[in-house]
Amino acid sequence: MPKTIEELQSIALRIRREIVTMIGAAKSGHPGGSLSAVEILVELYFNHMHIDPQNPTDPDRDRFILSKGHAAPVLYAVMAEAGYRDTPKNELNTLRKLGSVYQGHPDKRFIPSLEASTGSLGEGLSMALGMGFAARLDKRSWRTYVMLGDGEIQEGQIWEAAMAGPFHKLDNVVAIVDSNRIQLDGFVKDIMAEEPLADKWRAFGWHTIELDGHDFAAIRAAFEEAERTKGKPTCLVAHTIKGKGVSFMENNPKFHGTAPTPDELKLALQELQ
Amino acid sequence: MTAKTKFAIKLGPATREAFGRVLVELGRENPDVVVCDADLSKSTMTTYFAHEFPDRFVSLGIAEANMVGVGAGLALAGKIAFVSSFSVFVMNKGFEQLRVCAAYPNVNLKVVGTHSGISIGEDGPSQMSVEEIGLACSLPGFVVIAPADEASTKALVRAAASHFGPVFIRTGRPKAPLVYGADRKFEIGKAEQLTDGADVTIVANGLLVAQALLAADTLDAEGISARVIDMHTVKPLDREAIARAAKETKAIVVAEEHLVDGGLGVRVAQAVAESAPCPMEFVGIRDTYAESGQPEELMDKYGLVARDVAAAARKVIGRKN
Repeated sequence: MPKTIEELQSIALRIRREIVTMIGAAKSGHPGGSLSAVEILVELYFNHMHIDPQNPTDPDRDRFILSKGHAAPVLYAVMAEAGYRDTPKNELNTLRKLGSVYQGHPDKRFIPSLEASTGSLGEGLSMALGMGFAARLDKRSWRTYVMLGDGEIQEGQIWEAAMAGPFHKLDNVVAIVDSNRIQLDGFVKDIMAEEPLADKWRAFGWHTIELDGHDFAAIRAAFEEAERTKGKPTCLVAHTIKGKGVSFMENNPKFHGTAPTPDELKLALQELQ
Repeated sequence: MTAKTKFAIKLGPATREAFGRVLVELGRENPDVVVCDADLSKSTMTTYFAHEFPDRFVSLGIAEANMVGVGAGLALAGKIAFVSSFSVFVMNKGFEQLRVCAAYPNVNLKVVGTHSGISIGEDGPSQMSVEEIGLACSLPGFVVIAPADEASTKALVRAAASHFGPVFIRTGRPKAPLVYGADRKFEIGKAEQLTDGADVTIVANGLLVAQALLAADTLDAEGISARVIDMHTVKPLDREAIARAAKETKAIVVAEEHLVDGGLGVRVAQAVAESAPCPMEFVGIRDTYAESGQPEELMDKYGLVARDVAAAARKVIGRKN
């Protein structure tokens, strides 16, 4: 039974609360790019992907790689909510503390259910292509999803991989660019010329879909369109709002990599009701 | 003491050629073996594999960083993934990916560098890899192997495929002198002692193994008995063989086609310092880049031939108290 949009929205709200709470407790971390990715991850983990959190080593599971690894809190909160045994919900607030499974960036050594260790930008798309190859070689139908940041794609390796995916016709791979338009030093447009972003992916041979990355219906439709697309991989350019859901974090470069103070956390949680 | 028979250079195939051939054998034996290459398959010799198993050969163009990442993805999905390029390219351009996608998560990726050292000859320093053993050894969890000849390359590539975890194998461009018979057994991390000796130990790998054997013969004629050890695995190092050599011969020469900074020599020195400290000398490239030339000319000019190994042995023996 697919989940209704209302159900997903209520999960997304809980995830947002977890994100700001755990980053507040850690006193460091990346709230902005975690909050911008919530709907996409919720749709993937609670509706779209063929996964069984109780059986995380199923060879036929769909794979997700968070290439923009600094958004680890959204992945941790979603996996904990989904019920993976190695992502206990009651430990989310140990984020970034010594001994925690919730490392600053996703680390397979601590959470074996993660599909890859990430954090150094630019590397997830290549690994996703490798996984796509493996599935095709084994004639299996599982699919690989990889989320990239719009700052991250300034890394040259992304474009090496962007060339390789369509060349090898890896239609079982979906890249999602979380286009929240802010990176560490400020607005993307002030740091590097990326536009026209969707045209770049199209020119590299990707079936490219632009969408509102906070609209569950649009996200669902895009993933379904990707699944129907044969002979080339799909890239979703998801227009999102950095810090989405917390008014003072929205579109605020400061909250790319700054934790809320206790007072800010209180305010954020009041808004996230 | 084994009876001394003079070592004579008999050229066999290049170690890259041996790698290319054994890769095909592995491909026939195991459908999970997949090979990635970055537009150098005709030089790395993965072309043999590509020819026989086109579906399991992944051409990634001149893009080493992506190749390493793709290889890691294949390995994460259960494949025995080999990625191959010239050592200088896969290690330097793929280093960050080797670190984050292979070493740190302990991914079952096999990295084979060809055209290592300065013996590639005419192409010159931009293509010569003289630092990659140091780089590979700095990646926690990586096994690092530098085989000497055809038989050891084939056996050690097989051993790498059976080992779970990241492995770097260093191979070369020119024909390599035959050191071993085809049926010799090799184990990762277990050095091969080629001659016994009491006065000095020469620890070598790659092309320097044959030079060490030639040097041992020269020294023998001078009444110096040299133990020659092929340290094909640089990491994990066979510390027992080193400690034994240090204790028994009390003088050690390390010879390698690599910068003396960060290569086999410093690792052996560390093991000696921690076991039975004794005088040591190092044959290798000294803080420089080489140049174009014929391989033999370059090995001679940069001090990587038997003459240099023997000189180092005499020197280190002279430093014994």
